[in-house]
Order: sequence, then C-alpha cells, then structure tokens
Amino acid sequence: MIFLDFERPIADIYDRIVQLEEIGNAEDIDVSPAIAELKEKLEQKKQEIYGTLSRWQKVQLSRHPERPYTLFYIENMCSSFTELHGDRQHGDDKAIVGGFGSLDGRSVMMIGHQKGVDTKSRQYRNFGMANPEGYRKALRLMKLAEKFNKPIICLIDTPGAYPGIEAEQRGQAEAIARNLYEMVNLKVPIICAVIGEGASGGALGIGVGNRILMLENTWYSVISPESCSSILWGNWEHKEQAAEQLQLTAEDMKRFGLVDTIVPEPLGGAHHDALLMADTLKNQLIATLDELAELSDNELRDQRINKFSSMGHYEVMS
Amino acid sequence: MAWFRRKKEGIRTKTEDKKEIPDGLWNHCKRCKNSVTSKEHKANKYVCLSCDYHDRISAQQYFEILYDNEQYEELFADLAPVDVLNFSDKRPYKKRLELAQDKTKKKDALQVGFGKMNGIPLVTAAMDFKFIGGSMGAVVGQKIALAIDHAIAQKAPFLIISKSGGARMMESAFSLMQMAKTAAKLTQLSEAKLPFISLLTDPTTGGVSASFAMLGDMNIAEPNALIGFAGPRVIRETIKRDLPEGFQTSEFLLEHGFLDLIVERENLKEKLTELYSHMI
Ligand SMILES: [Zn+2]
Repeated sequence: MIFLDFERPIADIYDRIVQLEEIGNAEDIDVSPAIAELKEKLEQKKQEIYGTLSRWQKVQLSRHPERPYTLFYIENMCSSFTELHGDRQHGDDKAIVGGFGSLDGRSVMMIGHQKGVDTKSRQYRNFGMANPEGYRKALRLMKLAEKFNKPIICLIDTPGAYPGIEAEQRGQAEAIARNLYEMVNLKVPIICAVIGEGASGGALGIGVGNRILMLENTWYSVISPESCSSILWGNWEHKEQAAEQLQLTAEDMKRFGLVDTIVPEPLGGAHHDALLMADTLKNQLIATLDELAELSDNELRDQRINKFSSMGHYEVMS
Repeated sequence: MAWFRRKKEGIRTKTEDKKEIPDGLWNHCKRCKNSVTSKEHKANKYVCLSCDYHDRISAQQYFEILYDNEQYEELFADLAPVDVLNFSDKRPYKKRLELAQDKTKKKDALQVGFGKMNGIPLVTAAMDFKFIGGSMGAVVGQKIALAIDHAIAQKAPFLIISKSGGARMMESAFSLMQMAKTAAKLTQLSEAKLPFISLLTDPTTGGVSASFAMLGDMNIAEPNALIGFAGPRVIRETIKRDLPEGFQTSEFLLEHGFLDLIVERENLKEKLTELYSHMI
C-alpha cells in the first residue's frame, strides 16, 4: 500500500502492526493483545484523518497511484466486455477505451478515460490525456449504442485533454465541442460517473449525461488546482488554496446542483477496497439505468437540455 | 481605447455616454506601429492598412460594422455576474468584476445585438476581450442561451463572434458547464433550421473554442487570429520544444480542415450576408 503525505500517522501504525506480527511469528510470543490495541488505534486514526479531508487531500486521493481505473471497473462490473478500437479516421487512442459490456444482464456501451498502472503503461495511456481521436472514438461508440438502442455509461478520469501539436492539428477543440453537441442529441440514456479526476473540457468531452455521478473522493473543475495556482498566483505553490477556492469536490458539486449523486467510497479511498468500490458503483449504475429506462427518446434529450441549460447563476440589474 | 459612435435612431442602453471621435487622435498599429487617425482607423474597420493587423475590437464595434446604419437593439444587457463561490486569489473575483465593469462599462464579457444586416434580421452574440480576457462564465452562457431563444422566436439567423481565452476560472465548474449549456442550446437552434455562423477572432481558445465556437454550420475566422484548444504556452511547457511558425493561426486551422474560410473584416458584412442568403 502506498501512503500519501497526510496518511503518515496511519502508515506508522500499519508499520508497527507488521513489526509486531513478525516478532510474534519469529519468537513465539503472544502479540495478539498488542495488535488488537493497535488495530483499534488504526481505525480511530483512519476515522480522524479520512473524516476531515481537505479539498486538496481529496484531489490527492483521486490521483492515488493504486486507485482503480476504468478497465478495472468494467472488468469487475460487467460479466462480459469486448473492447472496440479506433475512431475510423486517424487511429486508436489509448487514453480512452470503450466497448459493449454486459451489466446486470443488459447490454451497455462502456466508455472511459484510462490511466496506466505502472511507468510503462502510464506512458502508453498518455496519463489519461486523450487526443482528438479518443473523443471521436468515444462518439463513434456512442452512436453505435444509439443505433441499437443501448444505454451509455461514461467513466471520467482525466487530468485534461492532451495539449500537443498533433492534438491541435487534428482539432482537439472541435472533437470536444462535437461530443458535447452530439451527446445532447443522443436518443439513449447516458450516465456519466467521475471516478478520479474530472479536469476541464477533457472530462466534459464524455460528460454530457442524463445523470452525473461522482465518487466520494474525486473532483470536477474547469482547471486543475495546480494550473489555477500557476495562472492566478503566478506559481504552483498555491495549489491547496486553489483547490479550496475552486470548490471542486463531489460534495461541492452536489451542493451546487451540478451533479446528481455522490457514490460513497471505502474508508480511505476507492483503492482500500477496490472490489467493494466496483460493486457499489455497479449497484448505483443499475439503479440509475432503471430510473432512466422509462423515458422516451425525446424526454431523454429534453432532460439533458434542461439540465445543462439551468446551470449557472446570474442576476438581473438595471 | 474603444470608441462608440451612436446614431440618434439607435436604441441603446442608457448608461453609455455619447462620444464622437475627436479629430487629431492617433491610432498606432500594434504590429507595425503604423499611425493613422482614429477616424481613419474606424473607417478602415480597425484594420491596419499597411500590415492587415485586425485590431481587437469590442462587441459594439462589431455591431456597428455589421448592422445597417449602425442601428441595432442591445438585448439582455441587464444580466450581471454573481460570485457564487466567493472566489478569491490574489484579489477577490468581486473586485476583478468591478474593475472590468468600470473599464468596459459592460456587466460581463458578451453582448447581444439584434438588428438588420443588409436587410436580413440577425441576432449577434459578441465577446469583449477587455472584460477578464473575454472569459466565459455563467452570464456569457446565459446570454448565448437567451440569444438563441430570441433567434428562434424571431426566426432570425444567428452569429457568434468569439474572442476569448476560454472558461472563467473564478466560476469553476459553473463556467465549465457553460460549454455543455451552449452546445445544448445550439441543438435547439439547429432543430429550428436556423443558420448559425461562428466567427472566430483573435484569440479564441480553451472552453470557448471547445464548445460553441467550433459548432457553426459554418466556422469562419478573421485573418491571423490565434485559435486553439490549449494555449501556446501550455503546449510549449508540455512538449518542451518550440512551436512551428504559424501554429494555431486562422490559416493553420483552415489548412487542417477546421474552418470554412477566412474573411477580411473589410468584407465581413458582405460575406456574411452572402453566406446567410444560402441558408435562409
Ligand atoms: Zn500594421
């Protein structure tokens, strides 16, 4: 288990438990009372630390290197899944994956940003930063789902759309804009869930749904706290403050009415019990699919238009 | 410095001051430093005659260029931003808004005009770069939404003139969601079979380029405008090498298939009239 800076006190107790267990094994001493005491202390510490996470700490948890990613969820939520590749125009983006899966006995189009789990695969997945062909592949698969009247589930987890020369040449802006527009019009239910990072247009590019869910320790914002710090404060040192100002957590987003549901995570974050997390998310997705199943094509479309049209505050001043 | 000359017939908001351009004021081209009088500069539609630099102009200036006899009605001018997040960086968002409002005499970064262009009724939503970099917050999104409703009600074609660094950070996710909001409203305009031309001017980047600005039935641009998703600085820092010459210019986008055409401001009114005539 990898611990973050603010998890130090928890890691220390873990270490002492492991040490004691080793002593117990090696020297035939009964260490179980001491271990039980430490475990109780551990639970207390966890409640204390995870119960009062700052916004920046939640951002850190959303990026935890052991956090489950899209393909993990798909594999553990769907009884079958076949990945479908390519945008039919340029190539196959590895930072967005998708394909038909079977969720609770029904066909669904599963789409999501994909990050890597080690140095090599992180590069292969371009750190979850998609190029235009990723958004175009996603749209192709969404249209495929629409043709056969299957619902669409999008799992969002990106530090942003990739800012590169080729991405601009191939129309990153157009690709994202097109997805926003087309997703509004699709005739099937769309559920979007932020499972990690929801950064800016790169997240929203697969984020226009009838229902928007966020896992408990995730964030959704127009910009990452680091980039916000860099632009508004002129350096990267104010990222914690930027996170506070941006009010970007699942709790914030729910309070603002910008997302519908917070999906609870295991104590300490999704990676503390990834299978439980997948199960919780699966149940929430199934319940949401059931809610949307009654709606007609037009009702689904109108719901998305009304939902997003009502976002934003302003006042009338003469 | 922006100047607004108004005809007595024009219907405008009461708060603006009537200003005539005084003789003897000079405009210096930002690119080649060539000097002309402000009067000539306006007559040239704020384009440098010696180097073709298209000066960054305000929504009002575009309205005066496009609408017949400079007559138009400004719509939804009373919509004002609210600081829902109580956002503060080095300076509070509220203060930034006050300063921008004082500087531009506008409540936010986009104005909506309605009038006739060569006799065609036209709803235009135009951005003001001087207002916090033309950034898109909830007011910009809502004004576009209302402008689209107005176009549908009047059965009028629609034009957006983009000039923006992107979404407004100080409105966080609210500003992000304006991308989806404006795209959603455009589907309604499309369903009403009303034409939408997107005019991209210098600069059009970020959340604006990645939403309505790229969604025109036709996407057109002024010459040599900066247009892109990511800003050049961010790209340079990411890839750690220099960017090719002409990267992210209007001409670059035309070459890569993302613009229908590039239009000199001098020809803008006539070209728009011609394009709309095929779609109405
Ligand atoms: Zn010049």
